[in-house]
Amino acid sequence: MSILVIAEHDNVNLKGATLNTVAAAKEIGSDITLLVAGSDTSSVISEAQQLNGITKVLSCDNDLYKNSLAEELSNLVVSLASSFSYILAPATTFGKNLLPRISAKLDVQQISDIISIESEDTFKRPIYAGSCIATVKSNDTVKLITVRSTAFDPVANDNSDVPVEPVDASTSANISEFVSEELAKSDRPELTSANIVISGGRGMQSGDNFHLLDSIADKLGAAVGASRAAVDAGFVPNDYQVGQTGKIVAPDLYIAVGISGAIQHLAGMKDSKVIVAINKDEDAPIFQVSDYGLVSDLFDALPELDSKL
Amino acid sequence: MKILVPLKRVVDYNVKVRPLPDNTNVDLNNVKMSVNPFCEIALEEAVRIKEAGNAEEVIAITVGKSESQEQLRTALALGADRAILVETESLLEPLAIAKVISKVVEEEKPDLIILGKQAIDGDNNQTGQMLGALLDYPQATNASEVILDDSSVTVTREIDGGLQTLKLNKPAIVTTDLRLNEPRYASLPNIMKAKKKELTIKNISELGVDVEPRTELLSVELPPSRDAGIIVESVDELVDKLKNEAKVIG
Ligand SMILES: Cc1cc2nc3c(=O)[nH]c(=O)nc-3n(C[C@H](O)[C@H](O)[C@H](O)COP(=O)(O)OP(=O)(O)OC[C@H]3O[C@@H](n4cnc5c(N)ncnc54)[C@H](O)[C@@H]3O)c2cc1C
Repeated sequence: MSILVIAEHDNVNLKGATLNTVAAAKEIGSDITLLVAGSDTSSVISEAQQLNGITKVLSCDNDLYKNSLAEELSNLVVSLASSFSYILAPATTFGKNLLPRISAKLDVQQISDIISIESEDTFKRPIYAGSCIATVKSNDTVKLITVRSTAFDPVANDNSDVPVEPVDASTSANISEFVSEELAKSDRPELTSANIVISGGRGMQSGDNFHLLDSIADKLGAAVGASRAAVDAGFVPNDYQVGQTGKIVAPDLYIAVGISGAIQHLAGMKDSKVIVAINKDEDAPIFQVSDYGLVSDLFDALPELDSKL
Repeated sequence: MKILVPLKRVVDYNVKVRPLPDNTNVDLNNVKMSVNPFCEIALEEAVRIKEAGNAEEVIAITVGKSESQEQLRTALALGADRAILVETESLLEPLAIAKVISKVVEEEKPDLIILGKQAIDGDNNQTGQMLGALLDYPQATNASEVILDDSSVTVTREIDGGLQTLKLNKPAIVTTDLRLNEPRYASLPNIMKAKKKELTIKNISELGVDVEPRTELLSVELPPSRDAGIIVESVDELVDKLKNEAKVIG
């Protein structure tokens, strides 16, 4: 049962979700290969070699893979696929973009966004914005799976120098090209791996008012998130969105401020350990999932909370 | 230019879906069905491209039961020129749906295919990418902006780290994210006009595609529920609870 995990990285560092995906792979079997495809990836390769549980790193260092274009990466993975019975990728925008393209080329029905492994062919995954959990059995001989990071604890970096094997690039599909990228820069922890997340919703009223959250986030070492309504209104950029169609988070503490608690938002945060809701409407559905609710105007509560931390 | 918009009939996003009492599937008895929200955004984008004079025809297609004609009529009322239903009684998996649509693409030869990034029932996020693979067309998923020129399409995508812009050769596949546009509502005159627009029904067997399921749904359950929490009276009490009871802040 050989397993291929496709690493997500930015040519400098591995992305955290790769570590959760390897953790899921370890629950399936022990013969785990990590594919690092990119350009000038030496620092990624050395990180990869330390990952607990993996037996080999495949390295494909070529400009073609610099920007993770799905058209190019899928051809590469398809060329390597015959040696593996499982191919896993994180259920991030990277993995969601790439893996179905590989699945269709291999004529496999992918299983998306798994949250548990029941047996070698049976998995649990949320459906309908997490309103229900489906148990699904795959009858394909090869299994292609994306893994929800929050459901698997990341593996440690305690392996020593796993062997690296170079692999050849595939011929270029040459049908798409990278133009540009605008990546958010922040000194705060990443939303999906932070221990504490504080999110604002439509109740924040403006982007400027998010400084009320920023200041608390800085004191707590927290990441800042948002509801769809806050992103749609232009208060904060798209990469803040938590929910069914945004990011899935499960921190130790999630503080929802001025967020009503629509099912699509809950889908992204209801597995957090402790949930706090601050909302002026005592009937807001967010209070049904919160451990501690504070019925208050956020413009009173946030400055006070800030001063008491 | 011709644009194909594959769309899906799904449970309305306001419905709270529950498992059947025997846990064999979700309970869809008497629930409101709608066009998947992401597919509405896809259709809106196609219609706007046509209205801007950059496309001649917008075709809506769905693969599903006879009832899906309702959603195709909605699409026609929202501006699609004609519609195709590939009729099947079975609930198909994304791979099978992508195979069926790829057959129709071979017949219709659209220059651009715009679909939703995911359907809010299965939340799979697969069909567009699979269609790209089957046709060897380039793809841009999670689009928040689409700009066309003669031979290519430039798409800005919402990715985890921010935004990414790609340029794709046509024919190309675009899947839509929430902020690409705000779909219009169908006006009464347009709903009336839609009744006269062409809606072709093909039986899935005509296409000769293998749509046998590859997976089995073993059970559907509710997620673990959270214990009801408490309402604190003040910020002081909140800070105290977080420090001394939940122990999540220092
Ligand atoms: C296909 C689809 C996908 C979606 N995906 C997502 C997703 O990924 N993530 C997501 O979040 N949503 C998503 N949504 C949207 C979701 O349905 C809700 O519309 C959204 O979450 C609402 O955001 P909100 O809670 O900020 O706004 P509202 O529902 O408007 O709530 C604002 C809250 O703020 C409170 N408030 C206002 N002023 C104050 C104040 N001064 N002090 C204290 N409280 C105040 C109000 O009482 C209210 O409860 C999706 C919807 C669809 C259809």
